[in-house]
Amino acid sequence: MSHKIVIPLGPHHPLQEEPAFFELSVEGEKVTDIDITVGYVHRGIEKLSESKHFDQVPFLVERICGICSSSHPYAFVLAVEDMLGGEKNIVPERALYIRTIIEELQRIHSHLLWLGLAGHFLGYDTLWMWAWRYREPVLDCFEMITGNRQNYAIFKVGGVRHNIRDEDIPIIKKTIGDLTKVVDMFCGAITDDPVIKARLKGVGVLTKQEAIEWCVVGPTARASGINIDVRRDDPYGIYDQINWNVIVKEEGSVFAKIQVRILELYESINIICQCLEKMPEGEINTEIKDIPIGEGIGRIEAPRGECLHYVRSDGTNRPIRHKIRAPSYMNVPSNKTTVVGETICDAAIILAAVDPCYSCTDRTIVLDRITDKKVLNGWDLIELSRKKTKELRRNFKSILK
Amino acid sequence: MSLKLKVLTKSLWVYHAGCSACNNCDIEILDALTPRYDVERFGIVVVGSIRHADVLLVTGVPNYKTKEELKGLYSQAPQPCLVIAIGNCACGRAMFKDSYNSPCAVDEIIPVDCYILGCPPKPEAIIAGVVKLIQKVGKK
Repeated sequence: MSHKIVIPLGPHHPLQEEPAFFELSVEGEKVTDIDITVGYVHRGIEKLSESKHFDQVPFLVERICGICSSSHPYAFVLAVEDMLGGEKNIVPERALYIRTIIEELQRIHSHLLWLGLAGHFLGYDTLWMWAWRYREPVLDCFEMITGNRQNYAIFKVGGVRHNIRDEDIPIIKKTIGDLTKVVDMFCGAITDDPVIKARLKGVGVLTKQEAIEWCVVGPTARASGINIDVRRDDPYGIYDQINWNVIVKEEGSVFAKIQVRILELYESINIICQCLEKMPEGEINTEIKDIPIGEGIGRIEAPRGECLHYVRSDGTNRPIRHKIRAPSYMNVPSNKTTVVGETICDAAIILAAVDPCYSCTDRTIVLDRITDKKVLNGWDLIELSRKKTKELRRNFKSILK
Repeated sequence: MSLKLKVLTKSLWVYHAGCSACNNCDIEILDALTPRYDVERFGIVVVGSIRHADVLLVTGVPNYKTKEELKGLYSQAPQPCLVIAIGNCACGRAMFKDSYNSPCAVDEIIPVDCYILGCPPKPEAIIAGVVKLIQKVGKK
């Protein structure tokens, strides 16, 4: 006989830095069901962005999520430029190169961060320390280019705010070159490690069919054999002029997701090197006077998958509707299939394997409670009892008279 | 200076509560633990439960849901518990002050001992803030 137990995880728990609440139903060691409650990170950014003008919104949307803080402004800027006639037609070529470089540097830092956290969940704290140590030079590159380690504030409608100076290029090249050896080391340390293989192969499998049904995106989908990548399918920046590959693995397990992310690091390094070689001289910004009436869509391949922004303008200087769909919104529900049937000790790494980002995902729901039901507490009961005594007294008086 | 506070400042155990932050401050806190900054040298460790912690780190601007959580967390903390607000959001709500889902700032819910500004503050700034907090407690 097995007992059914519900294990609450969160909302503030040491596993993830963000608050999110999981309820795992377990029978013995096996997880039978999972319930995910989000909403702890909702800040109402879509509504706030309607009160800001088009130049202010990028600063707001990069605070949606700290890890992909260049993806959201880029997607917003693409959506506005979609209304103006397309990114390629109005943005100078050098700005396109800078945008691509920033986007790929961010992918490197995000994947290294996730790799470290994955190691931490598995009990490989050395891996965590390594990955985060080698992530620091990437953040130094960001600080050199944009002036800040996170929240780069580099995107604006019509171009970028900061140029990459000529004297910075050799430093970036050297950082990226050093990183190749580091990624080689990670590749050897993780994909050849017998313990990690035994621990993660065949764990948390999301088959291709399930991946299609749950509409997952990004590395989660590519690890399940779905060949999608916005960078190739709907090119922005200068991805269409650069040689690179989309990494696809068929297995769908946590191990495949790690493999996809590590191999994507090589591709990102490759893309940055090519961009730095080919980058032309010239302007980095075009003056945009008016935003026309209309609506636009910006799609972008964030480190976690496709990020979509929809903007509608009525000809004033503020968007009248701004809709955001972040990749984790699609990826997190797929935990419902991957975790069920696994043991409880694997739950942590499986939940983390989609690289969840709740600050992107959070929505809010206002529940209208059923109001005809009333719950009485002790004080209410005492009140009722006193009322009855009062009434009886009154009646007694009238009877006595 | 009471014995309790003297013992407290020798090795700070911190608990990190993210109240609808954007992750940046949370990552910089973890970053301070990793080899380049390595605050573990000074005995600062992130612990898994508020009941083991001396310091409560708060990031982000609380929303209606996390406001109650934060109150609950602070009431469970063993006293004396120091509170550090990290980042512009936690210190003064920053750009979310007009949002429909940010009822109040952190210091309106629980008493805050130290404010570290920045969006996000660099790990150096976080370490400097903690050092100043220890000095401030030492003077009491």
